[in-house]
Amino acid sequence: MIKLDAKIPKGLLAEKWTNYKDHQKLVNPANKRRLDIIVVGTGLAGGSAAASLGELGFNVLNFCIQDSPRRAHSIAAQGGINAAKNYQNDGDSIYRLFYDTIKGGDYRAREANVHRLSEVSVNIIDQCVAQGVPFAREYGGLLDNRSFGGAQVSRTFYAKGQTGQQLLLGAYSALSRQIHKGSVKMFVRYEMLDLVVIDGRARGIIARNLVTGEIERFAAHAVVIATGGYGNAYFLSTNAMNSNGSAAAQVYRKGALFANPAFAQIHPTCIPVHGEFQSKLTLMSESLRNDGRIWVPKKIEDAVAIREGKLKPTEIAEENRDYYLERRYPAFGNLVPRDVASRAAKERCDAGFGIAPSGLAVYLDFSDAINRLGMKTVEARYGNLFQMYEKITDQNPYETPMMIYPAIHYTMGGVWVDYELMTTIPGCFAIGEANFSDHGANRLGASALMQGLADGYFVLPYTIQNYLADQISVPRFSTDLPEFEETEKAVKARINKLMNIKGNRSVDSFHKALGSIMWDYVGMARTKESLKTALEKIKELKKEFWTNVRIPGEVGSLNTELEKALRVADFFDIGYLIALDGLNRNESCGGHFREEYQTPEGEALRDDIRYSYAACWQYTGEEKDPELVKEPLEYEFVVRQQRNYKS
Amino acid sequence: MEKIINITLKVWRQKGPKEKGGFETHKLEGISGDTSFLEMLDILNEKLVNEGKEPVAFDNDCREGICGMCSLYINGHPHGPDNLITTCQLHMRHFKDGDTITVEPWRSAAFPVIRDLMVDRYAFDKIIQAGGYVSVNTGGIPDANAIPIPKPVADEAMDAASCIGCGACVAACKNGSAMLFVSAKVSQLALLPQGKPEAKQRAKAMVLKMDELGFGNCTNTRACELECPKGVSISNIARLNREFLVAKFSD
Repeated sequence: MIKLDAKIPKGLLAEKWTNYKDHQKLVNPANKRRLDIIVVGTGLAGGSAAASLGELGFNVLNFCIQDSPRRAHSIAAQGGINAAKNYQNDGDSIYRLFYDTIKGGDYRAREANVHRLSEVSVNIIDQCVAQGVPFAREYGGLLDNRSFGGAQVSRTFYAKGQTGQQLLLGAYSALSRQIHKGSVKMFVRYEMLDLVVIDGRARGIIARNLVTGEIERFAAHAVVIATGGYGNAYFLSTNAMNSNGSAAAQVYRKGALFANPAFAQIHPTCIPVHGEFQSKLTLMSESLRNDGRIWVPKKIEDAVAIREGKLKPTEIAEENRDYYLERRYPAFGNLVPRDVASRAAKERCDAGFGIAPSGLAVYLDFSDAINRLGMKTVEARYGNLFQMYEKITDQNPYETPMMIYPAIHYTMGGVWVDYELMTTIPGCFAIGEANFSDHGANRLGASALMQGLADGYFVLPYTIQNYLADQISVPRFSTDLPEFEETEKAVKARINKLMNIKGNRSVDSFHKALGSIMWDYVGMARTKESLKTALEKIKELKKEFWTNVRIPGEVGSLNTELEKALRVADFFDIGYLIALDGLNRNESCGGHFREEYQTPEGEALRDDIRYSYAACWQYTGEEKDPELVKEPLEYEFVVRQQRNYKS
Repeated sequence: MEKIINITLKVWRQKGPKEKGGFETHKLEGISGDTSFLEMLDILNEKLVNEGKEPVAFDNDCREGICGMCSLYINGHPHGPDNLITTCQLHMRHFKDGDTITVEPWRSAAFPVIRDLMVDRYAFDKIIQAGGYVSVNTGGIPDANAIPIPKPVADEAMDAASCIGCGACVAACKNGSAMLFVSAKVSQLALLPQGKPEAKQRAKAMVLKMDELGFGNCTNTRACELECPKGVSISNIARLNREFLVAKFSD
């Protein structure tokens, strides 16, 4: 069995990253020009990494599934980005951001990684401002902040409700500058289909040109996976339509370990499902919980009347409303972390207090905020989110409370990486949401943008050099090598197998069926039985997929159905991994809630003695279950406690 | 209560950039008003796949109005009849029972059709690559609060920066001009102190690239502003013209 070495540097927590940088190997400028790096993905992590590596002088090949690197799904992040600037003088510090993130992640993340993330968070804000990112400002001209869940300070920087867009366009502009200079070569409308490994090291990829359908080979000295999370295994999620877990699944099948797949985040404030043709769910930013109050009716008969359309929420008197987060968690109120807020919504709906015809929704109410701050201020803060809500639901949130319900949003699990962000395949790195390292079992709001940019701007450009320093005398690879030949052959065989099934069911119908298995049995509350059922059902559905899927069109041409089929084929494997990992982890922590393991008050009950490890899964073959490899999580600096957001 | 409609779709089909395209007619029944326009196309495609036919190719990704990937010309309007939204945010409740809906790709010399409703907008990326940035490398940056920026200036820059690069402005313009797109980026960076040192050369480089790529001239019809899903103002074009003239005169 593989032995995992996280390569955590020695020394005190606050000194580890500095020590690492002081002693790591570097590549001199003349040698950088001779080294090629493939970066797959152009989101906050991939885009910022490709730009920064290009600036340093490496030759970068950057791949993008959309028609432009500016469209990666990081663009949809709304609320903000955390940084320990303490501009508000409210007691923030690098240590406090570190601590909140560790605690928010339910003590299932690495201390050293999280501290590094917190350290570089302050540089990110400086970098983005220098690029011309128009963050919100106060009248004095200095940067404004807001609060997010799981924190008692205001450390979130934002650009209206479009923070992800502005940060991505910042990274995109830096990337565009490098493309202009020629240090980065951009491949748009390309999708990675496999990793090429030569003598145990990552040396290239096989990719499909999505316009021509051609399968092409690309060689490099290192490969960086920055392809985001695998939330679309659930079909309905807040992810974009093209977001997928395929690159992660490919490197997993090539020997990289997949860590903590069961840690998927369910975001509490999404617009509820409306019908069977729904293609995705829309998030309403967590920032809304700064001013919005979440409630359901106190009396079950009021909830029933609302569901039947006989009563309006505005007709329910204040004393008949149950502001259940404020009631259960007085210290954090509506700003509890996402996992806690999601479970509390589910608890109320399961108890029969849910609203909307389905009974699967709760209210997010701004009437108090409008009375306190005035319409204008509320509009300035949330105008674009309110507009988005109205366009989808045809209801005006200035007049009637929003209806929200939890939905799959982000995956904390991902490809296992060491402190240098390298997977267990030498030369293959994973950054951003694609890796598993920083958020433990639950990610705090406004921390995804922080991690993506931290990895891409400030971590990988250092750590990758420690690997590449040994590679300076390795000449460029020919893509005619047998390893490229064989990998391409396998990719083509997989595609032909899919095309030749010529069955009776569309790809989407399989994806939807997989999604409902995942949501029903591997969703917000899991049990040993539900997870076992899921494993069986996924196996059956996967079998049907491989014998009955229908893909029209041709192989050697633009074919969106084939693209989707390849992704769904990987979602079966990922979905299986999620359920398997959930079954192994006999505890509740963060986004992973097992009904058998809860306190009498219904809070998650961790088991630090038996499960204080990252569960890393090693591929052992198509028909066999993967093997579990454990990376023990040792807490040297923080004392683990039950998470308390009550007092 | 929930509205259910039957519609007739006239959809543009075109195999490739060099091939001749044409409209194909499809009838769809029982479409709920809460369905988004792209979900309606999903329903059509599911039907086509089940009949063993090739689905209609169209670009889409985030489906929440921010990535700028969707690009449909619906009943003569980029992103359809509703204002301040992208195609993915358009819902079927805006149509009446029995309506015939015409769906075309963006039509512009600079955006060749790839397949059906999908076009190639890489020309926009090339314009940004020509100078749509502040030339700073990663690291070695002064503190973010070192340069205060008055709130109204920051807000104005943010309004310009809200452009999603979808290309509706080009599709709406009878000349196929990209001035609104270019001016939004030039304005954002010219307004901020960080972007000022390169303001002149940026305006010039981006305008020259735009002309080179085959976009048309601006004749102030304001069609771009009316159809922009993010409400980017044509006052940005006035600022671009100023920046460009200053750059020209200082040559």
